[in-house]
Order: sequence, then structure tokens, then C-alpha cells
Amino acid sequence: MTDVPAPTRESQTVVARFLDSLRASASGKKSFRQRLIPWLFLVVPLVLLITFTYVPVANMFWYSFTSWNGISKTKKVVGLDNYTEFFTRPDLYRVFFVSLYYLAASILQIALALYFATLLSFNTKFKNLFKGIIFFPYLINGVAISFVFLFFFQPGGTLDTVLGFLGMDKGSAPQWLGNPDIVNFSLAGTSVWRYMGLNFVLFLGAIQSIPGGIYEAAELDGASRWQQFRYLIAPSIKPIISLSFILAVSGSLAVFEIPFIMLDGANGSTTFVIQTVKLAFENNKVGLASAMAVILLLIVLLVTWIQRILVPEEEVDLS
Amino acid sequence: MFRVRRGRVVALTTAVALIGLTAACGSGDSGDTGSGAGGASAEKPSGDILVLTNRTDIVGTTLKGYATKFHAKYPEVNVKFEALTDYEGEVKTRMSTKQYGDVLLIPAGVAKADYADFFEPLGKPDELTKKYRYVDSSTVDGETYGLATFGNATGIVYNKKVFKEAGITALPKTPDEFLADLQAIKTKTQATPYYTNYKDGWPLSWPQGAMGSVSGDKDALVKMADNKAPWTAGQEKDTLDSLLFDAVQKGLTEKDPTTTNWENSKNLIATGKIGVLPLGSWAIAQMKDAATKAGTSPDDIGFMPMPFQVDGAYQSPVGPDFNQAININSEHKAAARAWIDWMVTDSGYSDVVGGLPTLRTGKTPADLKDFEASGVKFVEMVPSAKLDAVDKQSEIGLTQPDYYRDLVDAARGASGKTKAQIFDDLNSKWAAAIPKVG
Repeated sequence: MTDVPAPTRESQTVVARFLDSLRASASGKKSFRQRLIPWLFLVVPLVLLITFTYVPVANMFWYSFTSWNGISKTKKVVGLDNYTEFFTRPDLYRVFFVSLYYLAASILQIALALYFATLLSFNTKFKNLFKGIIFFPYLINGVAISFVFLFFFQPGGTLDTVLGFLGMDKGSAPQWLGNPDIVNFSLAGTSVWRYMGLNFVLFLGAIQSIPGGIYEAAELDGASRWQQFRYLIAPSIKPIISLSFILAVSGSLAVFEIPFIMLDGANGSTTFVIQTVKLAFENNKVGLASAMAVILLLIVLLVTWIQRILVPEEEVDLS
Repeated sequence: MFRVRRGRVVALTTAVALIGLTAACGSGDSGDTGSGAGGASAEKPSGDILVLTNRTDIVGTTLKGYATKFHAKYPEVNVKFEALTDYEGEVKTRMSTKQYGDVLLIPAGVAKADYADFFEPLGKPDELTKKYRYVDSSTVDGETYGLATFGNATGIVYNKKVFKEAGITALPKTPDEFLADLQAIKTKTQATPYYTNYKDGWPLSWPQGAMGSVSGDKDALVKMADNKAPWTAGQEKDTLDSLLFDAVQKGLTEKDPTTTNWENSKNLIATGKIGVLPLGSWAIAQMKDAATKAGTSPDDIGFMPMPFQVDGAYQSPVGPDFNQAININSEHKAAARAWIDWMVTDSGYSDVVGGLPTLRTGKTPADLKDFEASGVKFVEMVPSAKLDAVDKQSEIGLTQPDYYRDLVDAARGASGKTKAQIFDDLNSKWAAAIPKVG
């Protein structure tokens, strides 16, 4: 911190002027220019946000009330028909059951991430290497991961070979993707492998923000590692854990990439989003698909809202 | 309905980042009459035109050569290409703007009722049909909007060496003979008799492409649109879907269908690891190519008709590949029209890709000589707009992989469903959709 020059007279006046302007804005006396400047800074992000988020979402709401086929120049308004259709067709909302596999998997994923984050926040050999290994999958492109795991799960593929080394009979290995009772476990497992790194980094960051002195104090008091985790780490990172659960729920409702690329939703692996995409682009029912997208959005908002009520956000006081 | 599809998945995920492609906008040529039949072709072709194509494989070679030849004939026209990997998806998206090239291939997903909003009429069907085949496939309300690049015959690509090894001397004439041949391949050779390509999916929809091969009826599709129960024993659709089902149920396919790979299947059939792949005639050239690359003989690749005969003759349904059309917003419609006519009439494109010529006077390509020699009768199928509408309304997807996958899953005993359950379900969806499209 020695490189910072001592405040000069000039910089002091700048600071003073800035403070003045803050005071002025607080008392409501702003010149036109002063009011304009923040907006100038905001122009670029706002334009991007509106163009690529709000306009498409608004369009989606509008399409959901029409029977548009995705190309036609005319859009016939059908009112709430699309919504009625969705709720009266069990085959459309039945796919939510597939999300349960991913939800269960993401709970496992959070537990694993928490375990590794805690472990690696203590002094462990090759700490940074392991951190890298755990975070690495998250950096890989989802398409690449899907292809890698396609080979991994093939009959006679990597997984079968490894199991063979462990003494498993080659003929008795199940079809990891071909058996509809197993396929969703395989895919959810892939998803855990891919996304665990993100949870891990979030947890690790939170854990490292806990002042070291507290651990020392705990150790002096004779707290075991488990006690340190239970009474020190867990309460401190509670907001991050609760955020992870929100992400897990909304993420498992919106699973798309892995089952779509690996299997194109075949063999009982169709998720809600895959079904929406197929309705819109294979059956040209953009109206119905938009309605389904709106419903998904509402469900995610609802889940977040319930989560907020059950686990209110609170300031964590470490002192 | 068969065409080259590659890397659909990869393209789809990146398709979001669509290119703001500038359509070729030259100056001059402002005489944009846009009034039907002869309007566009009456002007002198000039200007730069952009041609959209799905052939990423030959855009830099064969097609580039055509552009040069075309320029020699029409010095005032420059042709540029844009090859798209996920052709269907990208063009459908771009059609919501005005910039989808000057000449494009009509995506299969565009409903016929919408043609008039997007494409320039090329002329009256009565006139065009005298010179060209497949005119009906792009005709709406007495106007024709597209000309086919070439036609495809439906049949089965097979490896002659594998057949010989299995002791098969004559081509199968009935589904039972066909299944017996596949069984012989399974018993006597190392090859997978029939490779489903379940994962990529689209090669699974061959039973729909083969409509017409059982009955030899060119109106098979039109009739299906009004049939309330096409999946009933004795109906053509039922027979064809059952053939797929039986082949899988008898274990004549690969072990785990979910991990198949289309690109690799070309290599597998070329090296004698696959017996048959039911596909359109467009595939022959690609399989022969794969054989050359793998170091085996391209002559091992054969093409046979579907295993059905009517009055002692095989029937092969024939339909157009993509139809070429002119963007209604194009500023150089005359040049675009000249290009389409030249491609169909003078380029020799159909012969290069091994397709049937669109021109009535054109000759059958070399790749199909053997096929023709089997005494097969080509049946030019009458397209049915209603069939498409019912298909979309019912969400069955006759040309999509999804329900064929259900069928395969049932046949290999993975899903616990039976064929009867699936067919009953299809029939009830189909019957419910017919009255809705009117």
C-alpha cells in the first residue's frame, strides 16, 4: 500500500466537489447535466438488456396468446387456449417427473461440493491441484461434455472397461443409456460432474471469507473438525447454501443441454424444455410452446418466492 | 424427405448467434415487378445474387464451379453462396427478416399456405409440369413456387460383400424374405444386419419415406391424410412401421441403439460392418465416398428397392429433394430465376449427386443403373398438404424421429409398451387431428 500517492490539493478538491454534488443530489437540486450523466453510463447495458431480454420475453408472452406457427406473417389470437391445452394434457406436464432425477442429483451435488470445499479450505496436500480438478469440468463446453459422456456410456465404452478392470463381467454391464430405468441416472450423474465445480467455487469463496482467527479460537477451545464445520462454517455460508438450492431447483426444472445433445430426448429422457423446443420447432406450435415457457418462468418465480419465505435472507454476523 | 444433415446439434446451440448477413444488394435493376408468372423472367438477368445451400461439403468445389460457368453465360450476374450447417433451423429463423438470400431451398418446416408470403411464383403448374418433374410439391392455389434440385428414389443401401458372405443371392421380395436375409447376416457374418441410427434419429423415419412402395399407389400420402386409422393391419403405414418393429424385435440391430452415430455409420457400412441402411438414393454417393476414404471398394455399396412387389415388380416412391425458390424480397429476381433454370437444366447437378433429374428429359444417374436394372417402377408421389397439417396438429411427427424411437424402444423390450399400444395411441391421435384441420 506504499505506492499510493499522498492526496494532493487537486485531488482533494475533486473529492470535495464530488461530495458537494452528492449533497446537492440528496437535497434534490440537480442540474440537467448531472441528471443526464448516470443515464449516459447506463445506455449501453440498458440497450443490451432491453434488446436481448425484455423484448424477447414480451414477445414470448404475446405469442403465447396466439396460434402462431413460427413463420406465418399472420398470428391468430386464441386467448387462453394454449394455457388451457397445457393444463388439460397430462402428456405435456408428465415430463416434470424427469426433473425429479435432476433435483435429487443436485442435492447430492451440493452435498459433495460442500464436502470438498470444506476439506480443501483446511490445509491439505496438493490443495490447488484438487481445486483445479474439481472446477475444471465447469469450464468445458456442454456440447463437448455430452460427446465425451456419450462415448463413456457406450456398450464396451470407458465405463464398462473400468468396471471390467474391477472384476465386473463384461456381459453383465447394463446399457447405461439404452435402459430407460437407468438412463436418467446416467444423465443426472453427468450433470453432477459438470456443475459441481460451480457450487464448489461458491462455497470455497464463502468459506475463505471467514476470518482465520475464528478457527484458531475454535481449535484452542478444542473443537473438532466436524464441530468447526457444524457451528462455524455452515452458519457463516448459509446464504450461499440457500442460493445454491434455488439454483438447483430452477436448474433441474430447466435441464436441456445434456439430455438433448446426448439423446435428443429419446428413451424417456425428455425434459420440459426439450419438449417445448420440439413443439415449437418440429410441430410448428410456437404459440403452445411459448405458453409452456411462460408457465416454466412462473413456476421458477414461485419456487424462489417460497424459498424466500421459508429461509429469509439474514445478515451473517461473524464477530 | 431425405437430405444431408450434419452437426445439427452443434449448429443448433450456436444458431442463436445468428449472423447479420447482408443480402446482396447491387444497384441498378430496379424493375421489380413481382407480378407472378413471366414477370420476373421477362427482364434481363443482372446483379449479384446470394444462393443459400445446405451442401457445406461441395460449396467450395462443385457449386463454385457452377457459379463460374453461370457467370460465363450471364456476364452481368455474380453468384455467391452461403452454406449453412443447420440449414432448416437457420433459414426458418432468417425468414422472419427480409434477408434470406435471393435463391434458397424451401425449408421443410414452412407450411405451404405461407409460400405466397415468402417466395416469388415461378409460373403455372400446367406449363411447368410439361418440362419438369415434382412440380406439385411446391404448388399452392394454382401457382408453383419452387423447382426441385433433384429427385430421390427410396430404397435400401446395402453392402454387397456382406450379402454375399451371408449367402444371399437374390434380392428380397417380401418383408419375410428381408428379415430372413438379415437373420442370415447376423448368423453368418460379423456385421450388424440393420443399423438404426436411433441417436441421430432422422434416418429412422424411412417408413414414411417408403410410403407407396407397398401399394405402388402414387396417392398413398393423399389417402393417408383422410384415413382415420392408418396403423391398422393391412394398411400401408402399418406394414412399413411393422417392418421396422420386427427387425428390432428379432434382434437384427445394434446392441445399444442410443449410442449410434450417423457419420460413423457411413464408414461402418463401407467396411462391411453393417448390412443395410434404408435411405434415399442421395445417400449412395456419400456411402461410396466413405468406401473410398476407408480404402474399400465403392462397388461394394449397392442400392435395392424396398422388399415389396406389386404385380411382380418392385416399387420405388420418388420425391423431390429440396425445392429451390426465389425470395420475394429479392432485388434481382430475373437473375435468380435464370440461376434456378440453369441449375435444373444445364448444370448436370443431379448426375453429380446421384439424384434423379428434375428435367423430364434428363437421364438416370450412373449410381442408380443397377437399381433400375432390378425392374423397379418409379412412382412419383403426389404430395399432400393436408397430411402435413394433420401430422403437425397430432404432434406425431411422421418425418421426425420421436415416435419411431418409441417403436424401437418397445421392440427391444426397453419401455414395456407393446406395438399394439403404440399403434392404438397413434391411431387415436391421428383420428382426433383430422377434423381439426378441416
